[in-house]
Amino acid sequence: MNINLTLFAQALMFAAFIWVIATKIWPPLSNAIEERQKKIADGLAAADRAKQELADADARVADEIRKARVDAGQITDKAHQQATQIVDKAKQDALAEAARQRAAAEAEIANLSAKAKEVLRTQVAALAVRGAEKVLGREIDAARHRELLDQVATEI
Amino acid sequence: MSDHAEKLTPTEYIQHHLGHLAHDLTPNISKDGFMTVHFDTMVMSFALGLMMCLGFWLATRKATSGVPGKWQAFVEIVLEFIDGQAKDAYHGTSKLVTPIAITLFCWILLMNAMDFIPVDFVAKISGIVGSAVFGLDPHAVHWRPVPTADVNATLAMSITVFFLMIFFALRAKGLGGFLHEMFTAPFGKWMFPANILLNIVELLSKPVSLAMRLFGNMYGGEIVFLLIWVLGSIGFGGAIAASVLGLGWGLFHILIVILQAFIFMMLSVVYLSLMEEHH
Repeated sequence: MNINLTLFAQALMFAAFIWVIATKIWPPLSNAIEERQKKIADGLAAADRAKQELADADARVADEIRKARVDAGQITDKAHQQATQIVDKAKQDALAEAARQRAAAEAEIANLSAKAKEVLRTQVAALAVRGAEKVLGREIDAARHRELLDQVATEI
Repeated sequence: MSDHAEKLTPTEYIQHHLGHLAHDLTPNISKDGFMTVHFDTMVMSFALGLMMCLGFWLATRKATSGVPGKWQAFVEIVLEFIDGQAKDAYHGTSKLVTPIAITLFCWILLMNAMDFIPVDFVAKISGIVGSAVFGLDPHAVHWRPVPTADVNATLAMSITVFFLMIFFALRAKGLGGFLHEMFTAPFGKWMFPANILLNIVELLSKPVSLAMRLFGNMYGGEIVFLLIWVLGSIGFGGAIAASVLGLGWGLFHILIVILQAFIFMMLSVVYLSLMEEHH
């Protein structure tokens, strides 16, 4: 182990290698490493954020669906109500119309029967006069017996 | 194990493998004097450091904060691990600590890992290259593939760390604050001679212990490998035994290689952190 000039040459070489590593190798590499660490951290944060957003969106969707279901229920209820109302109204209308028609028919019938009675009465009166003429053999003076004839007519 | 090793005595074999490919810049003054350069250490450490930088650069070139490629992901895992360790031990503001830790850990790890290349492969190839290209005697060509088993390389790193420690202390406390602590900590101002002595010993022991720990581990590991290969030269039984022992020591060495690189890095970061703390 003899110490000689090699020592100084080696020391210079060592210093030169430190310089190369310190200026050319380590800074770009450590920059790349730090940048990547930041990227990964950002990515993880973004993933967390996306997960949160997804959960929010899910909650919102569930809310919307619940609301829509309630709305639909209300709408069908209302439709049912309306339908029963319409049916009820139609029923009532029909009943009213039927009653009206019957009343009209009854009035007509009454009217016709009254008319028929009137005609019959006069015919009966005439028949009665003719019968009485036949029985009496003589003519009855209508003017003279008006009061009697009318009485008979009302009696019929 | 190689052909020429069997003609050597075990001592010669080990000495051959522990020799450096040295070039003396001033051969006239003294043999292997101070102005000697270990080519093998220099070339191996530079090649491995370059490999490290290129490997990282490949990952950095197309570095993206999006989905990373496989190589980028691997480099990121390694560097983030080192960065995490450094940040755990160092609580200051300096942006330089992580690059220091990265360089130390990865470079030392690569240099230590050269121990896994069987020494005789290296000796054979370097001998062939030396004789073919440079016209040298192949047995005279030494090539130590593990730079961290050369005390120059480990001391160079620990001394650089030492100067960085001084730099960190001065930046955090200023010259006055640093000198004040040298004189007054830990026993108060009336004990300043003891304080100064203690502080200097403490300060100097750190780079020395850093360098010696790594050097000792790798050098020792190499010698154990060499002894195992010497055993392999005995004969067929020796070769079998050497294979088994070599495998066992190699597996154990994986732990040492990683652990020593990690310890050197961790202690350097801790020392840097300590120098910024006020007493």
